[in-house]
Amino acid sequence: MTILELPVEQPVDATMERRRAIQVAASSSLRRRKLSSGIALGVCWAFLGIAIIPLIAVLIYVTAKGLPAWSVDFFTQSTTPEGIPGGGVWNAIVGTVEITLIAVAATVPLGLMCGLFLAESNGWIAATLRFTADVMTGVPSITVGIFGYIAIVKNFGGYSGLAGAFAIGFIMLPVITRAGETAIRGVPQSLNEAALALGARRATIARRVVVPTALPGIITGVLLAVARGLGETAPLLLTIFGNQYLQWNPTKPMEALPILIYNDSSQPYADLVQVAWGAALLLMVVVLILSIGSRLFAARLQKERR
Amino acid sequence: MIEAEATGARVEEGVAVYGDEVVVDQPEPKVVMTLADVAVAFGGRTAVRDVTFDVHAGEVTALIGPSGSGKTTLLRALNRMHDTVRTAAVTGTVQLGDLDVYAPSTDPTLLRSRVGMVFQRPNPFPTMSIYENAVAGLKFNGVRKKSLLDEAAESALVGAALWDSVKDRMKAHASTLSGGEQQRLCIARALAVEPEVLLMDEPTSALDPIATKRIEELVVELKDRVTIIIVTHNMQQAMRVSDRCAFLLMGEDKAGELIEFGPTATLFSEPTDPRTLDYVNGRFG
Repeated sequence: MTILELPVEQPVDATMERRRAIQVAASSSLRRRKLSSGIALGVCWAFLGIAIIPLIAVLIYVTAKGLPAWSVDFFTQSTTPEGIPGGGVWNAIVGTVEITLIAVAATVPLGLMCGLFLAESNGWIAATLRFTADVMTGVPSITVGIFGYIAIVKNFGGYSGLAGAFAIGFIMLPVITRAGETAIRGVPQSLNEAALALGARRATIARRVVVPTALPGIITGVLLAVARGLGETAPLLLTIFGNQYLQWNPTKPMEALPILIYNDSSQPYADLVQVAWGAALLLMVVVLILSIGSRLFAARLQKERR
Repeated sequence: MIEAEATGARVEEGVAVYGDEVVVDQPEPKVVMTLADVAVAFGGRTAVRDVTFDVHAGEVTALIGPSGSGKTTLLRALNRMHDTVRTAAVTGTVQLGDLDVYAPSTDPTLLRSRVGMVFQRPNPFPTMSIYENAVAGLKFNGVRKKSLLDEAAESALVGAALWDSVKDRMKAHASTLSGGEQQRLCIARALAVEPEVLLMDEPTSALDPIATKRIEELVVELKDRVTIIIVTHNMQQAMRVSDRCAFLLMGEDKAGELIEFGPTATLFSEPTDPRTLDYVNGRFG
């Protein structure tokens, strides 16, 4: 019996010895490894905490300061001159919504086309365009404001909502372009090839296969670009000028939420500062809803497909 | 089973035929791993259940069955890979020797140093050299002695039939190897830790036939050194390399179940369950 067992045991001898040595090393170092793992984890949690404190502080502070300003009048009345109580931000809401919608209408088709081109083409034109888009993303927003001021305000009849939409669009365009490119690049090449093998043309493939497949990513990108554009102040400062009164006409100077916050928060009147806090909370809530909503929407669309 | 007879290797448990000589009385192989009523569920949905069988030392145990029968899910339950999936729940008992794999006191990292794993696609660490890949598991496990590292690396690379082709370029990046060589490096990486059990999840599914053949030969060579549990969707592969076979099948509620377990030769020639017979005869799956 024992002799017959040998063939099984014999070649394993060195292995067995090494196995024992390794297992001893593994278990004797387990405490040290667990400790260093615990420390690393603790450091991660600590830094996460530090990073998250300002975030939560802003949320709580703006909510606490801004919520008392909210009332029916706040959302339905225009700003009252300083010293006169009441009044709201209706004029700024109208301006922000109008300016953003115009900017979206102009930049989404443009940005998507650019994104599609960037994703599908690998030539020097695409490389240049991509680089330009990246540079545009990094341009300080005040520079965009000055550009809007010189290019539009100076040449086309002064401050206006349209000039603001142009400036905001300038901020949004590269974001949409790059988000679109990333989303479209994420579409598996195999789908592209499947359509090609069925005799589809490139434009057809883009329209019927690639863009629909990339849609969740594209929509997320657009909504994030909108969230970004909503909060921009500097480009508007030099293009829409601000307006205390309700103004629906985008060719005239308009009010917008960031401008209102900027102007009113620096006033020596408590009720105007209060309105500014309220507007800041409103802007924050809208941006939050857009960010969370875009993610939920994309996740749902992704789920439906499976 | 034709091949099993041709090589004369495993005709019947405990009995081997070499020419006219009948060698009986080989000791019943030791059981290294015991699975009892093992089930895995993801978010309340059962993926595989009712799995009970013993894994014998020095043997190759194959898990076969069509797609969706839970082979890979079951395999990953054996070294607690499902720990990383929040929604996964493993029930039943998995024993490794005296160790209850799912006992709260069992450290999953120590367990995994005793139960290694090789994956479907070769996944050597891209930033490490061949040598660093081979000793990665040892370093992760706190082995620092250079002599032990070198000895284990050589022994593992020899074991994985890779030593001769890489011994002069141990510092080269693992990505310079071919797909088949990369998979053998992954086997060496797993072997270097000297696990008692090696789990292989369709290790040849990403390889060409020649690389596949070499891995299969390797599996048979390695079983004296380490007990192997291999998932394969290829029945010929299961016949060629395994001593015992577990056949899994997706039940009516989409959960995989163990249909039959037994010596490979028996399972393929005279299975007790008609569904096994259908499957091994290629009537579905």
